[in-house]
Amino acid sequence: MPQVTLTVNGKSATVEVEGRTLLVELLRDKLGLTGTHVGCDTSQCGACVVHVDGTSVKSCTMLALQADGAKVTTIEGLAAADGTLHPMQEMFREHHALQCGFCTPGMVMAAVDLVAKNPQGLSEAEIREGLEGNLCRCTGYHNIVKAIDAAQPLMHAK
Amino acid sequence: MNAPFEGIGASVRRKEDLRFISGRGNYTDDINRPNQTHAVIRRSDRPHATIVKIDTAAAKAAPGVVAVYTAEDLAAIGGLPCGWQIHSKDGSPMNEPKHPVLAEGKVRHVGDPIAVVIAETKQQARDAAELLVIELKDLPSTATVTDALKPGAGQVHDNAPGNVCYDWHLGDKEAVEAAFAKAAKVVTLDLENSRMIPNAMEPRVALAEFDRSTSDYTLYTTSQNPHVIRLLMGAFVLGLPEHKLRVVAPDVGGGFGSKIFHYAEEALVTWAAGKLGRPVKWTAERSESFMSDAHGRDHVSTAQMAVDAQGNFLALKVSTLANMGAYLSTFAPAVPTYLYGTLLAGTYKTPAIYVEVKAVFTNTVPVDAYRGAGRPEASFLLERLVDAVCHDTGADPVAIRRQNFIPRDAFPYQTPVALQYDSGDYFTTLDVALKNADYAGFPARKAAAAAKGKLRGIGVSTYIEACGIAPSAVVGSLGARAGLYEVANIRVHPTGSVTVFTGTHSHGQGHETTLAQLVTSQLGVPFSQVDIVHGDTAKIPFGMGTYGSRSLAVGGSAMVKAMDKIIAKGKKIAAHLMEASVEDIEFADGSFKVAGTDKVKTLSEIALTAYVPHNYPITEIEPGLDETAFYDPANFTFPGGCHVCEVEIDPETGVTSIVNFTAVDDFGRVVNPMIVEGQVQGGIAQGIGQALLEHAIYDESGQLLSGSYMDYTMPRADDLINISSATENTLCTHNPLGVKGCGEAGTIGSPPAVINAVVNALKEYGVRHINMPASPQKIWGIINAGRMAAE
Repeated sequence: MPQVTLTVNGKSATVEVEGRTLLVELLRDKLGLTGTHVGCDTSQCGACVVHVDGTSVKSCTMLALQADGAKVTTIEGLAAADGTLHPMQEMFREHHALQCGFCTPGMVMAAVDLVAKNPQGLSEAEIREGLEGNLCRCTGYHNIVKAIDAAQPLMHAK
Repeated sequence: MNAPFEGIGASVRRKEDLRFISGRGNYTDDINRPNQTHAVIRRSDRPHATIVKIDTAAAKAAPGVVAVYTAEDLAAIGGLPCGWQIHSKDGSPMNEPKHPVLAEGKVRHVGDPIAVVIAETKQQARDAAELLVIELKDLPSTATVTDALKPGAGQVHDNAPGNVCYDWHLGDKEAVEAAFAKAAKVVTLDLENSRMIPNAMEPRVALAEFDRSTSDYTLYTTSQNPHVIRLLMGAFVLGLPEHKLRVVAPDVGGGFGSKIFHYAEEALVTWAAGKLGRPVKWTAERSESFMSDAHGRDHVSTAQMAVDAQGNFLALKVSTLANMGAYLSTFAPAVPTYLYGTLLAGTYKTPAIYVEVKAVFTNTVPVDAYRGAGRPEASFLLERLVDAVCHDTGADPVAIRRQNFIPRDAFPYQTPVALQYDSGDYFTTLDVALKNADYAGFPARKAAAAAKGKLRGIGVSTYIEACGIAPSAVVGSLGARAGLYEVANIRVHPTGSVTVFTGTHSHGQGHETTLAQLVTSQLGVPFSQVDIVHGDTAKIPFGMGTYGSRSLAVGGSAMVKAMDKIIAKGKKIAAHLMEASVEDIEFADGSFKVAGTDKVKTLSEIALTAYVPHNYPITEIEPGLDETAFYDPANFTFPGGCHVCEVEIDPETGVTSIVNFTAVDDFGRVVNPMIVEGQVQGGIAQGIGQALLEHAIYDESGQLLSGSYMDYTMPRADDLINISSATENTLCTHNPLGVKGCGEAGTIGSPPAVINAVVNALKEYGVRHINMPASPQKIWGIINAGRMAAE
């Protein structure tokens, strides 16, 4: 079986995978990083969003082999090494932006990338548009939008 | 500095969030057991067919395959049971065809499981499942209730003639006919309640293992009610006694009703784990969720309201056809009857009501409870009918509602359809909603929208729901095959921290927070010192789970009852320690005091004494501080309220935008306002989804056309807005907390508000009613038909 070598949450890993193995399967099944979820089979729901070389990616749409040499960050690697939560995680908790928690890892990872890529600041409408790729069935999204809005100044102040 | 207030009424941030935002949740698919195998199911791609042949040879010979099973292998196990029996008008019990775990001889809907392949890896199981050769011979099939009732329609079950499951009724038909005869006007509305797919974001998963040393089974499953699954699967399907079967529902990623029911896959992996002596795991792909999770709604109805010349409602007559799908799911028969017909009084004092419901089998996925379950169907019908009365008589939608409301002083109010409402105030929720929505300012906003070429409409709905499910004796008399009480075990540990074991289950509701707040308020134990344990039959004495907005009203009340026992025992210990009589001991804020003195013992001190009983009234009471209570509610609870929706329609595209949405609800006592508002936002999002976007569509043969997120329109962030949410509460009079429940209100109140607004916006096009979803295609067609007619 082919091998893939990648850095996940700062740790190097070399894993044997089938050619058809998806990045999300590598993360969940081979590395035990079960914080990244699978919610659909058509790349619509965004529960599996991780960062690959600093950009949010639906890890169900990427083959594990395509991530060879990449730096991957999952929800488990978002907080600081000392456990201090990322401002986006803090704001999700503060604004009750999650209920069942299943979409949350993908939602947080997508939101972090959305805010990071838009230092000029995003309006509520732009945040809603930016969440097009992520489904949440519990919250009605409004508290997610509030959390992301509240995280903007915290992230840009860093 | 005082500690922050974290008891009843505080918007405490949730305990469960830390693990969810850090990727440390423990969902069923995150669990793997040593030596685990993987199951993949081959399902029918036909709506109705005879199974001519299943050739498993190639699949069995494929790499990594451990076993392949079909119905033949399952001959010794039972079918999936139905938890509710309805009787028809003539007194006969409903037709209850067998629901096999794997299809026996015939497949009856697209997605019906035919065979399971179990292999060392999921990929090997998938590959082998494709090697199964399954020969099917198509049979005549139907997808809709109207087609299924036509003479000569394909028969879904041989023992359900005419595809009828039951033909039920409720109410006083003669009184209704008499009122109709003397009415100034009878308004008739034909309407449909669209079929929905619940779509919890976590697909269903079942993982079972068998312990060869003890012969115990453990099933990890995505369930809202693990004890119910243990009972149904153990007693009716597999013949396993409760003490040999543990069911665990760990973190569950949303349910909305769809994870109440006992599903075939749970029984299949548990049976196979015993057979193979190895853990077996099945994880649904989303496409499987679409064709195997129970669907919701799917009613076709005719509703008639008799009104007098002054606009008073005299009588209501409703005739409904309810789609059951191909088999009876766990609670399916109860949904269009006792959760629907009984709700048709709504917020009104209509003196006579008669409803008849025919439940119909079709070649579609089984239909069962989806958030609201029967109550959204009732409120949609009633609140659309009220607006149709206004359309036909020129009455004002607000005035006619107010005029017909059950008066404030009429509670407890006995409806003509069995329920007795204990409390409510529909005038206040209406008035506050109109104020918060600036209803009076609507004409100006409509004119401003018109100046931009947009059609603006406003719609009001008032609703009632029956929650806190349910008084066991009542539901037993109505056909329930189970009691619906709840159970709580409160364990005060020796140093005073508390673990609560609750039979309810949290899959997004935030019980770990809300239920801990109850302990903080009742026992004075700091919030951080309270843990809530749920979802494991090995840990929790018993429980009926979470649905029907019952967790706080029934489960919370069980906790109060158990805490009362803790306090009563604590008083005896305190009396002994302080050499006072028990009658003189008062308990408040976590301390036992001797009345009128400064003598005091904290709960922690009492707990330590209870577990280290050196100085203890040992001849009178046992050591320990650990109490269990079963609480059976005296009645349902009746949350109610008013929703006001304002929409803007672009006539060029037919796209409807929600521009304002105002909810004012009566939930009884609110424990955590932040969580309650979250439930309202989320519930209304699902209601708006049904009203405008979502639709489970079958072609006429029973092929599911909306079988993925490419085809089934889930609401996304830019489809929705901030909901203005407020509460105006009256307390429930019969449970110790005064709580009513808030989980389902959003899906009950909002769809009629949205459609009333859409119809209002399209008034100039002569629209009287529009069925859900009010899609751009439908609206554009209406507008352009109007335009074409004008030209």
